[in-house]
Amino acid sequence: MSNLARKHWRSFKWAAWLGWEMDSNWTEPWLFMVYSVIKPIAGAFILVLMYSVFALIGQFTDPDLFSYIYVGNAFFIFVGNTLFGTFQVIQSDREWYQTLRYTYISPISYYTYIVGRAASKVAVATLAVVITLAFGALALGVRFEVSLVQVPMFLAALVLGLFCLISIGICLAGISFMTAKHTHGLAEGIPGIFYVFCGVLFPLTALPGWAQSFGRGIPLTYWFDLTRRLILPSNTINSGLGFFSDIEILALLLASSLIFFLLSLGIFKLGEYMARKAGKIDMTTSY
Amino acid sequence: MSAPTATSRIPHRLKLNLQAIVGRAYPRIVGANREPSWIFFEAILPLLGIAAYVFIYKALGERALLGVSDPTEIARIRASTNSLIATVVLGGTMVAFWLNVLWSMASQLYWEKEIGNLQLYMMAPMSRMALLGGMAIGGMFMTSVRAITTLVVGVVVFSVVLQVSNPLLLIGVFFVTLIALYGMGMMLASLYLLWGREAFNLSALLEEPIFFSSGFYFPVGGFAKFGTIGGAMLAFATAIPATLGLDAMRQIIVPGGPVLPIPIPWGPGTFLTADLEFGILIVLAVVFLFLARQTLAYLEKLARREGRLTSRHQ
Repeated sequence: MSNLARKHWRSFKWAAWLGWEMDSNWTEPWLFMVYSVIKPIAGAFILVLMYSVFALIGQFTDPDLFSYIYVGNAFFIFVGNTLFGTFQVIQSDREWYQTLRYTYISPISYYTYIVGRAASKVAVATLAVVITLAFGALALGVRFEVSLVQVPMFLAALVLGLFCLISIGICLAGISFMTAKHTHGLAEGIPGIFYVFCGVLFPLTALPGWAQSFGRGIPLTYWFDLTRRLILPSNTINSGLGFFSDIEILALLLASSLIFFLLSLGIFKLGEYMARKAGKIDMTTSY
Repeated sequence: MSAPTATSRIPHRLKLNLQAIVGRAYPRIVGANREPSWIFFEAILPLLGIAAYVFIYKALGERALLGVSDPTEIARIRASTNSLIATVVLGGTMVAFWLNVLWSMASQLYWEKEIGNLQLYMMAPMSRMALLGGMAIGGMFMTSVRAITTLVVGVVVFSVVLQVSNPLLLIGVFFVTLIALYGMGMMLASLYLLWGREAFNLSALLEEPIFFSSGFYFPVGGFAKFGTIGGAMLAFATAIPATLGLDAMRQIIVPGGPVLPIPIPWGPGTFLTADLEFGILIVLAVVFLFLARQTLAYLEKLARREGRLTSRHQ
């Protein structure tokens, strides 16, 4: 391993450990695990009840659409956790713990440090996703269909999806170098955009034309679609991306992930430079 | 000149406490609206969450219409879809109040402790209830401005049809729900003071589960269709003012009569009407305000005794 790689690995490893400690040390491990899965499960229950209520009032059932909604919502857990895990780091270290100046001047890559801090949230999200999917299969009758041949593609899509999410999170972290209090607004707003425009809970075709075009410009749309194709049985839902093959979607995901990675490097460096120039790098505003 | 008695000091104390209420409400009424970025972050962005749920019902409605040619059936499905979309818009608007109760009421004394203001409040010659009351009034006003903006934009954007059948009752239910909710927030504020760092996590934990149990995005009466577990969930949910408030408001403003109202277990075929829910909400408001006063006094004493009143990062 080269010195540079070793330096990045060390930064990542200790940042991940720090992130885990900060997230979980307020309580017992079992309580933390319960806490970590209750939120997403409750989120899934909202959708279950929405579907059930519609089925009751509308006298209509559609297991295909229910599975579509359920799986989309389960994988969306990654979005909220990963994005929040990355771009809240600067705000919390700067304003809350007031440790940013010490971490920043230490001999680490600050970019890698942020990725490491997000790692614990990604790990917890993974657990929540697995539990949500298992609950869907065992208690709600969501039918999965995964062939062994498709597992590598599923894993590749998962890695690329998370890579893309972390890159987007770093872009936002770069912006948060310059903002005072808007982290929470962004934390809700950006995932909200993905929630609506990426075909997470409903097919892209339910949106107006302009919104469908916007959704097709977001890489996560392809990730959600490909994930559903790989783990759900074929169905009659028109996702609006049917003209792409699985490989084409994976290629699109790869290309857009790389673009977002490069963007994250640029935006992070720019935000960092501007914050240093304006003297805001360790500014506390009491927000 | 005679020495002041407890009775003669009442006007002075009243004035001081009113000043405390105004002083604590001021930053939330004036300060919070001074920076216009709230319009985007707190009125427009919440529409995204609402939009996602609206489109779920729209997608379900469109799928239900596939292959249906009977005009009566089409009208029925469209009416059901519209009433559920109206439910989402109303619930999505009320989410702002619940979040405000959690993050700006319940967690507030904890935040104040962390940034060092709490000791100043404790030393000031005012009732702690005046402090919490000021926070609540300011929070209600601030959030109402945001929620009404969200509601108006939501109704326009999603072409929601609303029909106010009883405006006076609607206003009454709305305000009593807010008083009960903020009373609950005042009670939680003192508990959070004791729980320290767990406060943040508890507030985070009380978001989705309460959106679910209180039926922010679906008629809560739907629980009744899930047997004993659903009934138990419904019983728990009715202790949260948002549940009854939302259900009553839905009954008043969503056209086409009550959609899955909350059934009364001992009266087959009967359900909680908006009037009845209004009455229960008044009781809840009084109970929560009383409990807030009691817990605040008790937990303040406990926190002082254990030396946790001003200790940060615990």
